[in-house]
Order: sequence, then structure tokens, then C-alpha cells
Amino acid sequence: MEGNHSHGHELGFWRKYIFSQDHKVIGIQYGFTSLLFLLFGFTLMMVMRWQLAYPGQPIPIIGSWLGEDRAPQGIMLPEFYNQLGAMHGTIMVFLGIVPLAVGAFGNYVMPLQIGAPDMAFPKLNMMSYWVYFMGGVTMLTSFVMPGGAANSGWTSYPPLSDIATIGQTVWLIGMVFLITSSLLGSVNFIVTIIQLRAKGLTFMRLPFFVWAQFVTSFLLLLAFPPLEAAGVLQLMDRLAGTSFFLPSGLVVTGQPLNVSGGGSPLLWQHLFWFLAHPEVYVLILPAMGIVAEVIANNTRKPLWGYKSMVYAAIFLGFMSFIVWAHHMFMTGMGTIISTFFQTTTMIISIPSIIILTALFISLWGGSIRFTTPMLFALAFLPMFGIGGLTGLPLGLSATDIPLHDTYYVIGHFHYVVAPGTIFALFAGIYHWFPKLTGRKMNEVLGRIHFFGSFVCMNCIFMPMFIVGLAGVSRRLWDGGAQYAHAQPVLHWNEFMSHGAWALGVFQLFFIVNLFWSIRKGKKVEENYWHATTLEWATPTPPPHGNFTIVPEVFRPPYEYSVPGAKKDYTPQNQPMEA
Amino acid sequence: MEIPYTIKARPDTGLINAKLGIWLFLASEVMLFGALFSSYILLRVGAVEWPHHVLDVPLATVNTAVLITSSITMVMSWASLMMKDFKRYKMYMGATILLGFVFLTIKYFEYSHHIEAGEIPSKSTFFAIYFTMTGLHMLHVIGGMIVNSYFWGPGSKMWKTEPERFTNRIEVAGLYWHFVDLVWIFLFPVLYLL
Repeated sequence: MEGNHSHGHELGFWRKYIFSQDHKVIGIQYGFTSLLFLLFGFTLMMVMRWQLAYPGQPIPIIGSWLGEDRAPQGIMLPEFYNQLGAMHGTIMVFLGIVPLAVGAFGNYVMPLQIGAPDMAFPKLNMMSYWVYFMGGVTMLTSFVMPGGAANSGWTSYPPLSDIATIGQTVWLIGMVFLITSSLLGSVNFIVTIIQLRAKGLTFMRLPFFVWAQFVTSFLLLLAFPPLEAAGVLQLMDRLAGTSFFLPSGLVVTGQPLNVSGGGSPLLWQHLFWFLAHPEVYVLILPAMGIVAEVIANNTRKPLWGYKSMVYAAIFLGFMSFIVWAHHMFMTGMGTIISTFFQTTTMIISIPSIIILTALFISLWGGSIRFTTPMLFALAFLPMFGIGGLTGLPLGLSATDIPLHDTYYVIGHFHYVVAPGTIFALFAGIYHWFPKLTGRKMNEVLGRIHFFGSFVCMNCIFMPMFIVGLAGVSRRLWDGGAQYAHAQPVLHWNEFMSHGAWALGVFQLFFIVNLFWSIRKGKKVEENYWHATTLEWATPTPPPHGNFTIVPEVFRPPYEYSVPGAKKDYTPQNQPMEA
Repeated sequence: MEIPYTIKARPDTGLINAKLGIWLFLASEVMLFGALFSSYILLRVGAVEWPHHVLDVPLATVNTAVLITSSITMVMSWASLMMKDFKRYKMYMGATILLGFVFLTIKYFEYSHHIEAGEIPSKSTFFAIYFTMTGLHMLHVIGGMIVNSYFWGPGSKMWKTEPERFTNRIEVAGLYWHFVDLVWIFLFPVLYLL
């Protein structure tokens, strides 16, 4: 149109920083909110780890604040432990990692990398954030409900969740908000990537990070609605007295339940895992995208096997829709169905291995710069590798039966998301910080943060494999103290808890570094890392509308160390010579 | 700053942003109702008994006709804009909204009849799924009517300033409205006839 409201038009404080439609401001809003939720979810776990290490002993310092209905005399009640467990999982996945990986990094970096002035639907983008925010607030308020927060695990399996306290209803309403936010966001992401690519930026010239966000958005778009349907059904069960998930003849504390019955608890599990398995790839794909960017940049080499990685990511996204029932081998759904799902599960490990292998080979022969983001990205590779490989025995129904619902499962998926995804997210924060602020984060504090976190993460999660192989269930309030078979491995609980608390201490280095560097960090040039992708072609920090000159793309994303070139990096928007 | 391709299609994709967006949104809606239809199948297969002919088929047939007609008027309203006839647009869009109200009124009589007879969601799995699916569909109808009313009333000012963009908006709203219609075409046989 006329384009009359572009430059020189000053927005007020509220429009500029609170109800902003600028993808960069929204990205930062997502970033801070989700980092706070990550910290909160981690704090819940640090409290739980006290109970696991020293069951029945009063929690120091904060024990007296928790109140008589949660921790009388500072000793944690089993009911409260269950609330913490359910909310730790929910907060970390839906309010922490996904909003940080997709909402923050996707929003901030993706439009810059494709040379777009903003997202395709800026108003919708603002709504996504605020709906997410309301979902988060809803989840938090559930802690002060009578009977406390949701306490049926993050998976909310019925019939237990159908008859649980009111916190579960609040959880469901919160989830509806979060799902709506994800849907709006994913539509926006896909349209932006397809429609707003700069001239010359063909699909096979997209940075791998953009590809990862693209596939992730499709997963969010198509996998979340079934959980929304499941949430609606469970809300009906809880509020309108229906029996979607309640079978006939259910007896609760000696009393037959007064419902029509005829429902199926398994239906919830199918609908839930139809989302929650693709969700695993929502957690890991953006992380792979970040790691690919950081590795290419710090090895000063093009990514090895870029095309294979892209096709692997697409195949991964497709396959993730047909593996969900490998979470349900114990439900007695029959050997034929189990065989189908364990076959697809083995197949889906192939694209993950392709991507991981390509990233490993990318290191070969590079002159690696061991910067803080690179350290995190390098640690991601073996940590995600351990997480992936320990998943294979869980994907085969025969070996899953003894391992199901033990600490082995906890160890497995935490290796994927904690030292895996979260390390990649840290890599992303250290990597793109100079783009956001024009300053760099402190390397010494960054290194302390990295090495401390790396050691502690392994101290927490490696023993879980041992405890799990001994057969200790993941949901025990006392960490297994009551069980004879848990006695030989019980001493690991204390060790893991100390690891968790030490991990908390090392995060302080990150928090201090982040806030200190925003104001006092060393000022650096605009393309500090000497990177090739388009986000470094904008002024720093990028203004509203991003690019001063409309960018045009002439080459693939990772033209590092091109033979005969003057510099060891050739930006995507640099025209071909002659 | 302007977002490109809000009015003119991007040459290599042949699409405007909003049209791609609505198709993606409808894809997610297919997954939402698909999950509910799958739940319906699973619950029905596992049920000991399943009630037949307890819903009012003639009333629902009328409602089906009402929704299909509203889809036609919706297309006509868009076609009127393409022919630059704003008055006819107002008429057809008004008819679409009115037919939405007719659908809701008939649905209201149906619901109150069942509730008076004690056939509420907690009575049986059948009524549970009936109320959930038609209820969710009804929310979609109401949502569509709100959007259509906006484009009939205050939103139609855009016709004077950006006629092309306004026409695109009606096309996109139409795609949504047809989808809501289509969901009903599936709900009608599944719940009333089978």
C-alpha cells in the first residue's frame, strides 16, 4: 500500500514493548518468559530431589513456607510430591522449552534468516504470545486451588485424572490456551517461511535452522489438535459428568462411581501420545537447527550433507506421526499393533542418526573455534546420542516391558531434552546474543557455566539408568525406600540430588552473565562471528522492519572457507563475481 | 514497513498470505474434528449397546439444508464483490448471517428438547459425544458468524479504500464457512442416521 507508517512513526511504550507486533520484541518476550518458567520448573525439581534423597526429613529453608497442606513441619506430603512431578513436566515442556525453542528463537531468528521484514501476520504473532502468557498464568494459579495443582503426572492419564482435584481442570484450561497459542504460531511460521523468503532464497538455500522450524511448525499444527480434542473430552468428563474415559464398574475408595460408564481410558492415551510423540521432535528439531548453525559457523566449513539433513528432517517429521503407540506397549493392545509401532520406531531412529552423523562429520578437518556456544553445541552431540541410543530398548516391546515407567525412561528422555535440547538452547543464546545487543557475553563465566552444567547433568541422569535397570518406578514419593529391590541402588538418590543442586548453582553464572552482558558486555562488530546467513546482514540490533536494504540471496547458506575467496566466509547476500 | 503479498499473490507460490494461512488453519481443524470422529468410532465399537433413532432427523435435515444454502449465499457474496456489486454483497452476506441464526435457533430447540427429556451428556456415551461434537461445531458456527457480521458491518468500510484486499478477506472467510458447513455434512449422517 502507501507505506506511509514506516519510518519516523514512533510507537508509545505499550505498543512498542508490551503489545508489540514486531517479531523481535515478541521473540524476546517469549525468551524471558520461557527462561523464567524453565527456572521455576527446575526449582520444583530441586525441591522434589530433597524428598528423594532424604525422604521424610524436613526440607531446609523453604520447608516452612510451603504450608500445612503441602508440607506439615516442612516434611513433604506425597500429594504435594505428585503435584510437583506433574507440574515439573508440564512447565518444562509446554511453558519452557517449546516456547523458548520455537517462540523465542523461531520468532527472533527465522524472519531475519529468510530476509523478511517481519512475520506474515504480526497481530496474530502478538496474540500467540499473550495467549501463551495466559496459559502460563493459568497453570501457575492451579497451585493455589483447593487440593493443589494437577497431580496425575504430565500425561494426565484417566481414570485418575478424571477424578482428581480441581487443579486438573485448571491444567486442562491452561493447556487449551497453550495449544491455541501454538496453533496460531505454527500457521504464522509456515506462511512466513513459504511467502516471505527473500529474492533468490530457494528452499535448498534456507539455513538448516529455518528448515527445522518449518518441520516443527507442521508438527505443532497437525499434532496439537488431537490433544485439544482430548482436553475437551476430559473437561466434559470433569465438568458435565460424561464418561469418555471412565469404564463401567469403576470403584473409588470403596464406593462405585456414579457415572454412565462405557468410556475408554485407552482413548486418552492414544489422543495424548498422538500429540506427545511429535512433541518430542518439536523439542529436538529446533535444537538440531541451532546446533547446525553454530557448528557450521565455528568449524568455518559448510555443513556436511546439508541436503541429507533436510530430507532427514522432513522424513523425521512425517514418521513422528506414526510411532505414538510405542508409549503404550504395556496396555495390552496386542502383538500385531506392537510390531507395527516398534518397526516404525526403529525406522524413525534413522533420520535422527543421519542428522547427528552429518553434524559429527562436519567437524572433520575444521579449524574449530572453541567459543562458549560451540562448547554447548559440541556437548549436544554425544548427549543427544546417549539419549537416542538408550531409547532403542524402549522402542522394542520385549525390552520395554521391564523398563517401562522406571527411572531408565526418565534418564533416557532427559538426556534428549536436558543436556540435549537445553544445551542447544544455551548455545543459541550465547551465539545470537551479539545480534540482539551488539555486545557479547562473558567467555569466562560462559565456560564455567558450560563445564559445570556438563558435569552436573551427567551426575544427575547417568545414575538414573542404573536405578532404572534395577526396576525402580519413576513415580515413587520416597524414591523407592519402601521397596526391597530398590535397596542396592538407593544410595544413588543422594548423589543425583547433589548433582541437581550443583546444577542450580552453575545456572547462577549464566543468569549473572546474561544481565551483566546486556549492560556491560564487550561491544562487538555487527557480524561478530563472521557468519554467512542473512540475520547478520542487518544493523545491530535490527530496527523495526529489519533490513535497511532489501536483501537478495545468491548462494547456499554455509559458504565458509570457499577456495579462492578473499575472506573465510561469503555471506548469502554477496553477489557472485563476474 | 509493509508485509508483502497481502493483496497480490507471490509469483512463485501463486498465493496471498491469508489464503495459505486459512488452509493451514483448516488442516489443523481437520485434525481436531478427525480426532473427535476417531474417538466416536472407538467408543462406539467398544460400546455394549448404541441407541438408534433417538435424534430428530427431520429437524436436522432442515438444518443441513439451511447450512448448505448459507454456503451458497456465502459464495454469492464473494462473487458479487468480484463483479464490483457492493449492494448485492451486503444482501448475500446478510442472508448468510441470517441463515446462521436459523441454524442456531433450530439447534436450540433440539438441545432443549433433549435436556427436558433428561437426555443430557452424562446420561450415556452417545449423548456425551452428541453434545460434545455438535457443541464444538456450534462454537465454530458462532465464530464464523462473528467474523461474517464484522465484514457485513464495520469491516466493510475497507471496500472503499482497498476493494481487492476486502474481496480476498471475504474469500478467506468463505473458505472457513464452507469448512464449518462440511463438518456438519459429516456430523449429520454419523450422529443422526447411522
